[in-house]
Amino acid sequence: MYALSIKQLTKTYSNGLQALKGIDFDVKPGDFYAMLGPNGAGKTTVIGIVCSLINKTSGKVEIFGHDIDTDVEAAKACIGLVPQELNLNIFDSVLNIVVNQAGYYGIGRKLALQKAEQYLCELRLWDRRFDQARKLSGGMKRRLMIARALIHEPKLLMLDEPTAGVDIEIRRSMWDFLRRINAAGTTIILTTHYLEEAENLCRHVAIIDEGKIIENARMTTVLRKLQREVFVLSLREPLSEAPVLAEFETSLVEDYELEVTVESGNDLNTLFARLNESGISVVSLRNKASRLEELFMGLVESKQGTGRAVPS
Amino acid sequence: MDIAVNWVALKTLVRKEVIRVARIWVQTIVPPAITMTLYFIIFGNLIGRRIGEMGGFDYMQYIAPGLIMMSVITNSYGNVVSSFFGAKYGKHIEEMLVSPMSNATIIIGHVAGGVIRGLMVGALVTMIALGFTSLSIEHPLVTISIVLLASIVFALLGFANAVFAKKFDDISIIPTFILTPLTYLGGVFYSITLLPEFWQKVSLANPILYMVNAFRYGILGVSDISIGYAYLIVVTFVVGLFTMNLMLLNRGIGIRE
Repeated sequence: MYALSIKQLTKTYSNGLQALKGIDFDVKPGDFYAMLGPNGAGKTTVIGIVCSLINKTSGKVEIFGHDIDTDVEAAKACIGLVPQELNLNIFDSVLNIVVNQAGYYGIGRKLALQKAEQYLCELRLWDRRFDQARKLSGGMKRRLMIARALIHEPKLLMLDEPTAGVDIEIRRSMWDFLRRINAAGTTIILTTHYLEEAENLCRHVAIIDEGKIIENARMTTVLRKLQREVFVLSLREPLSEAPVLAEFETSLVEDYELEVTVESGNDLNTLFARLNESGISVVSLRNKASRLEELFMGLVESKQGTGRAVPS
Repeated sequence: MDIAVNWVALKTLVRKEVIRVARIWVQTIVPPAITMTLYFIIFGNLIGRRIGEMGGFDYMQYIAPGLIMMSVITNSYGNVVSSFFGAKYGKHIEEMLVSPMSNATIIIGHVAGGVIRGLMVGALVTMIALGFTSLSIEHPLVTISIVLLASIVFALLGFANAVFAKKFDDISIIPTFILTPLTYLGGVFYSITLLPEFWQKVSLANPILYMVNAFRYGILGVSDISIGYAYLIVVTFVVGLFTMNLMLLNRGIGIRE
């Protein structure tokens, strides 16, 4: 049984927009799964349909074996949703928002208050529990939505761009928190525009574009498909021009910074051998862009025919 | 449907609605009390003294049941339409839609909130009325049952309005252009026996007439219409509107893409 199983899912909106054109994918229990795609690709539509916020046009969706057409209440009981847009009652208090949500899932008030304390403490909101939601910062509102989604301890947590607009420190602490709950057994499906986020957190990835899935595999498998990676090297001594290194394309960004393109089939050991031969000493090295970002752009642009390097 | 889950969800929803009414009491409780006090002073006291008796009662006594019913109806309607549309507008309706709470529970919870506010305001207006005139309840069972049913009818109507509403203007159109005229023409201030025969027949198409008159029968013991018809109409509205709202939610009309 899958945590989420989607078969031939289509959605055409009333304005004629065909947002999903027959999507299939399965998510195993305990997985940390990324859904990536450009704006308007259909990610939020998938999440909306799974969470019963959007009516599907056709197809089948099962959540832990519960069909959303025939067993919707059991299916809903398995899911927690952190939506992309803020959807809090801003005039309600932090504590009421979380406790009420627990009530909607059938959790009695006494137990709901205990769970609310647990999750609000974990997400560092307990001190603000009596404040109206409108008085919270953007990052706090995001964390409140996560606490609200977790209050009934869902088996499947769906996060639609949960770290959009939050600062790096909060984003990192949210990543740690999500890793912990995933390690504790919660299946997580995440959409994000921060490809670094998906690469850091997720074990599986599906890339959606124009309502279709164009890639769906383990993150390691997907990343292995990269044809080329660009590294930025910090040099110990300045250079006046880019060195010629056999089998590698190079360009000098600044005196102390060299960009090197490593094609698939080549490796860093060979690169460093060539650098040693040329007497170039390297202090540090980093990817120019996220590896997933490279792959993502390659996939999307090759589909659109704009001629970027295409992964094999 | 999981009854245990829905029972807890219903209690949560009703509690939330009651807290909302209490939190904004200046908007929910005070204005109808002031409005009704003005009605009693102007129509009941100043103008009513010149009108004399109506239906065997002094004018103030005659209009008191209608004014109480009017406040119950408008507040039951207003509470549900503003609460549910507010949830739609602020998108926190999604808190309910993603949960396993059934659509029937969502309707009942909101209607209960509307009824509670309607009856709270009705009780307050009754106390204000007692400051101006004396009222003795002739038929307590009729009084309680009809005010409760009328409150449910208008809470359900408010819910339907909120489901269809797309902007704030849409939640004021029906109260302004339909509900208020029907209430004023529903026998709150006069007996329809004073109207020409044609207009008496037209008035019988107004459902509020039956509610006001049945309530007046409960308190004063007089009515322009048959109480049996009044119950039949009110119960039909309750069943019909609940079914309609349930179908709307099940189809996702106004709440889902």
